[in-house]
Formats: sequence, structure tokens, C-alpha cells
Amino acid sequence: MSGVVTLKINGIDVGAQENETILDVARENDIFIPTLCYLEGLSRIGACRLCLVEVKGISKLLPACATTVAEGMEVFTDTDRLRKYRRLIVEMLFTEGNHVCSVCVANGHCELQTLAQQHEIDYVSLPYLYPQRTVDASHERFVFDHNRCVLCTRCVRVCDEVEGAHTWDIRGRGIESGVITDLNQPWGTSVTCTSCGKCVQACPTGALFMKGKSVGEMVHSPSFLTFLAQMREAKK
Amino acid sequence: MTTKLPQSQLPEEEILRVAEQEQEEKSQYQRHIYVCMGAACLAAGSATVKDSLSEVVDQNGFAGRCAVHGGGCRGLCAEGPTVTIEPDDVLYGKITPQDAPDIIKNLGKKRPLERLHRPTDRPFFLRQQRIVLELAGKVNSERIEDYIASGGYKSLLKAVHEMSPVEVINEITRSGLRGRGGAGYSTGLKWRTVAKADGHPKYVICNGDEGDPGAFMDRSVMDDYPFRLLEGITIAAYAVGAEQGYVYIRAEYPLSVRRVQNAIRQAQRLNLLGNQIAGTAFNFDVQVRVGAGAFVCGEETALIASIEGKRGQPRPRPPYPATAGLWGKPTLINNVETFANIPAIIRNGADWFASIGTEKSKGTKVFALTGNINHSGLIEVPMGITLREIIYDIGGGIPNGKRFKAAQTGGPSGGCIPEEHLDISMDYESLAGIGSIMGSGGLIVMDEDSCMVNVAKYFMEFCMTESCGKCIPCRVGTAQIYRILDNTTRGTATLSDLEQLEMLCDMVRHTSLCGLGQAAPNPVLSTLRFFRDEYLMHIVEKRCPAGVCHLHPEPALYNDTKESVR
Repeated sequence: MSGVVTLKINGIDVGAQENETILDVARENDIFIPTLCYLEGLSRIGACRLCLVEVKGISKLLPACATTVAEGMEVFTDTDRLRKYRRLIVEMLFTEGNHVCSVCVANGHCELQTLAQQHEIDYVSLPYLYPQRTVDASHERFVFDHNRCVLCTRCVRVCDEVEGAHTWDIRGRGIESGVITDLNQPWGTSVTCTSCGKCVQACPTGALFMKGKSVGEMVHSPSFLTFLAQMREAKK
Repeated sequence: MTTKLPQSQLPEEEILRVAEQEQEEKSQYQRHIYVCMGAACLAAGSATVKDSLSEVVDQNGFAGRCAVHGGGCRGLCAEGPTVTIEPDDVLYGKITPQDAPDIIKNLGKKRPLERLHRPTDRPFFLRQQRIVLELAGKVNSERIEDYIASGGYKSLLKAVHEMSPVEVINEITRSGLRGRGGAGYSTGLKWRTVAKADGHPKYVICNGDEGDPGAFMDRSVMDDYPFRLLEGITIAAYAVGAEQGYVYIRAEYPLSVRRVQNAIRQAQRLNLLGNQIAGTAFNFDVQVRVGAGAFVCGEETALIASIEGKRGQPRPRPPYPATAGLWGKPTLINNVETFANIPAIIRNGADWFASIGTEKSKGTKVFALTGNINHSGLIEVPMGITLREIIYDIGGGIPNGKRFKAAQTGGPSGGCIPEEHLDISMDYESLAGIGSIMGSGGLIVMDEDSCMVNVAKYFMEFCMTESCGKCIPCRVGTAQIYRILDNTTRGTATLSDLEQLEMLCDMVRHTSLCGLGQAAPNPVLSTLRFFRDEYLMHIVEKRCPAGVCHLHPEPALYNDTKESVR
């Protein structure tokens, strides 16, 4: 049994187990911290930087999803500075891909869209980069639209850590990087893919969707998140 | 069948015997000619120079009196290929194979050959203080016997025979040595953390993934002193209780890979690596891991992922490698130059080391001096020396009578030092104070013909293409910053772009996951701080004061962002 600590989040006293992360504790106490790459049940990579929080006495911003709590810690999740950075990060995601909500299968069910709403982004101050990206519809049941990909790697992790297939991976570097199937081949020709559809459920945007879905029709299964959490409990 | 007793039965005597034998062999010759086999001199043709020297020695009947060896770097890379003649300490530069007969004929004469002679009593040599590079070209980098004969491995024997691991760590802590990879973390403290960490086995990693443009200090140490590096790593392993070590070398350094691998084999042969090192209960072995050419793998957690066979991407810290590193085990990770300092500290003591340098930055620092400078090459200077001394005394000033404009330290993670700060003391704190960093030791000198916006753009392009793509601020932010800088050098940027540039730099710096992203805006911020007028000239007056950028003030007909970001 691990020890128990008390800490302050936004001035509110909260109790936690010492191996919990700031994000776990905040969610438990209904304190909102935005996330994108985080998905309960998957490894925590701290990549999207949206869950960055300020901790008193530490000059660096820390990712709430990957920072464990400590006794007497004072966490601030909603400062002006954090709001400014988070907004810019979400804006950058919009400029990086080709996100056109009005024609997207995930319209209305998209985490990126929700993030934009939460951060009141009604315009994007940076210029769009309009990358040339492709759509892979070679799989018999699913489609991968790279234009909508935000490289959160949730599909990569769910495939590797839960399904155990490791069909997805990342190629390239920096702004040129992207998600690939097996050895960078069409999804339909993949020999490792089990067509389980976990990646489609894990995708926060309209990048991965079921064939036949039209604009706004790609709704994620509500039982999937519970399933992932249960899997994690079972693993313990 | 009888088994021969392993050499480790009498390790100390064995090592002494090796040293004696080597010295005896050497003393048969009156003259030793060391031809630099460093990468710069090899590229300038030192291998053929060595062959022709050996040939001439054989033909002219000097065979018994004069020996030709491959040696290490004297630092004067601009004058390569260089040849050192011992015991006269004569240095020749820019040698061609045709010069071989003249050099050999001149041996034993009082005056060295005037036309090739590079006097070593110049400031370039006199102002330096060599600890890491102390054997300076006079030891064969491919023979362990030669290294032992020059006093090598005495520190390791002293450490494992006379000192406890705690005493070794105390000695390193007292010496004040700080990590030479750039951040300047206390080496002793790092070692102690790893030594105290729970977990078994423990690992030692040597970071030889030197990737800064214009930096070649670590390459030179690995090329010329692979045994010294191994000795340092082995002492570290003894101190922290590690059994396995890795030297991570970038694949772009094939010579370093070969030399370090060769050094490992030779050390294993003399039982200076392997089981029961030097007859003690201490077991330690080292392997070379070759990097696949990613700058980000110089970041410790990315390097560890790379050794594990994964994609070289950093992960959030804590946990630090000291507690959960390679395969989740406690791992000590230090830079090449840090390890190369260790044998000297153990041999001469912590007080000796602490007497060199400034109050907070002890010892010496190796710099790769490049750019618009007369004597480009490899130098080692005590911490606290001024930039002016480095550039004008050691480096011989700026060529063609041009004016000094700025020096870039720390590569793409560092900043520039302008003329008004020429008298800055070169130590960790002072450099950080003006927005630069010590970095791993790249020192690029720029004259008045350099455009600082263009310099910032170059480093940002480097960071953009070397970003791993894991976190959003670094992946997209560097591309957006690069776009603005590119527009500035093309003459299509506006004043609001400048504002956006500063906002983006601030964001990328504070929100990126690892050091690459956090430090990527440094060259921009630093040039903005000291050369803001140049940015304004590009944006408002649409001209480049240095005449480097070709500005087209007319906005492009089509949105050319795509093209510029690639």
C-alpha cells in the first residue's frame, strides 16, 4: 500500500496516493486539464504539452499526465500563461494538418474541435502550412485520412500496448513525420493488422474512421474508454 | 591440456612490464615521427604522408634509428597534415608526400625545415592548457602499449587498488568537474545519485553523439585518445557499481567507431576490461553502439531509447536516467570529454583540478574553433579565459583584416556573443548570463560579412529538420519560426511577423518536451537581443546590411509558404 499525500490544486486541498499523477488527481476532483495524447489505459508520453501545469517552486512547466504528485505540492492548472501557451499549441495543430471541420467525418465528435472550443479559438493567428498528405482507404473496413492526423500516437500505442500487434509506427522526423502501417505500406496490405478497430476508437480526430461514415457520422463507441480502463486494471 | 594462467594474476606488474617493454622498444630509436591520424589530417592526406615517410626512412637506412607512427591531433587542423618529431618537439604543417625526403634528411640538424616548420612557441600553443588532450599527438591511438607507456591506466589501477568507490566519487565531487555535454551538471553529484540508486544491474553510457554543426571535440577525443576515454569510463563504472557500459557514437564518425572498438579489444586483452579487472572483484565490459544519425539522440533519454532499439525519441523527465535509465535501470550518462577528464583528476588529485578555472567552473574546456578565424582547429583552454584571448591570441584573429562580428557557442542550442561582450569570461554562468550556453564546445567565429538573421535561420532549419516530431511545440513551432525567418531573409516579412516570432520563441522554449525544443529558439532570441537592428533592416528597409540575403520586397503572387517550409 502506497502512502497518501495532500497537495493543493488551484488553491483547493486534495488528497492523493503518492504514485498518482497530477492529472489523475485533478480529474478525480473535477478540475479540468486539457489533454490530447493522453488516453486512460495507455502509456503516458507527455507529447502534446496541453496538460502542462505550473508547480510552485519549479520554474519549468510540467506535464500533468506524467508528473507524480508530492506532499505539499502547489499546482496551478489555469493561469494566463498556460492558457496562452495552450491556445497557441492548439492553433499550431490546426496549421500543421488540413483540418476542415465542415467536411470531416468527426465533425461534432472531435477532440481537436472540442479543444478549440474550450480555448475559444475562433481564428488561427499563424499561417496554415497546407501539407500534401494522402488518404489511405486500402483497408476493407477502415480509412486513414492523414490530413486530419495530429500525431498524438494514440493509435500507435493502443495497437502496441493493448492489441499487441504494433501495426502502426512513426516515420520521418519533425514536421515531416507521420504515422505508417508496418513498413510504410498501404493499410490493406498490412500483415500484422488484426482489423480490431481499436486504433479507430482511440483516434481523437477524424484521421481514422470506419468506411461508409459521412460528415459528422464518425461517433466513437462510448464503451471503448471503459474497456481500456478495465484492461489497465486487469493488467495491474 | 594445461590452461595458461590468465594475465590478470599479476595485473600491476603486468601493466608495468608492458610499459617498460614499450619504452625500451621506443628508446632504440633516436627519433620518433608522429603523423597526425585525426580525421581532419586524414582528409588532407596524412595517410599517404605517413606511407612516404616510412618508405624514405627504409630506403635511406634510417630504419633502426627512426620510427614513424600514427599519432593524434595537435589541434592545428587548418595546417594539416601535421607531423610531430620527438624528442625535438618539432611540428611541421601542410606536408605533402613529396616533402618526406627533406624531412628525413633534416633529422638531427639543429634548425628545423623553415618552409614547413610551425613553431610551437606561439600563443596558439602557449595559451592553451591541456588536460583532456595532454598527450597531444604524441601517442599512438591504436596501441594500448603506447598509451600505457605514456602513463595511461595508472589512474584506473590507483582507483581499483587504493580507493573505494565512495572515495572516487568524493574525489570527483571535490574537483568541481561539471558535465562537458553542455548543461554543466555536477559530475560528482550525478555519480553519487547513480551509486545510491536502487536497482541492478547498473549501466554507464558515454555520449559520443556529437551533433552540433561545427563541433568536433568529442570526435577528436575518441579518435586520438580512445584508451583514455575507456579508462575514464571504467573508473566511473567502478565508482557507481556498473557492470556494463556503452559508448554511443554517431555513425558519421566511422574512424571513432573503429578506434574505440579497437581500444576495447586491446583493453580486454590486457584484462583492463572484462571480468576481475586488474585482479580485483570488479567486472566491467563496454560495447559500442552506433547512432543512426539523429541529432536528438544526443539528448539522454532519446539516446537511451536508441540503445534499447527503439525510435530515438526523448521522454519526460523525471524519472531521470540516474534512477530509471537504460532498460529501466540506474544509468550514468556522461559526455566523452567528461570521461576523458577523469583519469587526470584521479592521477593528480581533486585539488589540482579545482585550482584551474573559475570559482564555479573548474578545469579546462576543449573548443572546436571554426569559422572566420586564422587558426581554426582544436583548442583546450582553462575555464574563465576571455573570448578575446581565444579569438585574437590563440585563434590569430580574423582573416583578411575583417572585423569580428559575433561568435556562436553551443551550436543550435546556444547563442551568439557580440563584439561588446568580447571580454566575457568563458564559463558556464557568464555564458548563460548573456543568453548563450557553454554547450559541448563548438565555437564558430563570424566576421562582418555574416548576416545574423541568416545565421539564426540556418540554426532554426537545423532544429526543424532534426526535431523528432514527438511534441507539438517543437515539431510545428520550429517550422513556423523557420517560416518567419525565411520570409525575413526574402524580404517578405512584416513587423507583425517579428512580434509573432518572439511569441513563438517564448512558447517553444517553455513548452517543449526536451532540450532540443527548449533550446531551439536560443539562436533567434540571442540574435534578436544583440542584432535587432539587422532584423529591422531586413523587414523595414528590405536590405541585408551584410549583403548575404537576396531580398525581393514584392510579395509573391502565390502563397509560397508550402515551398519555404518544404
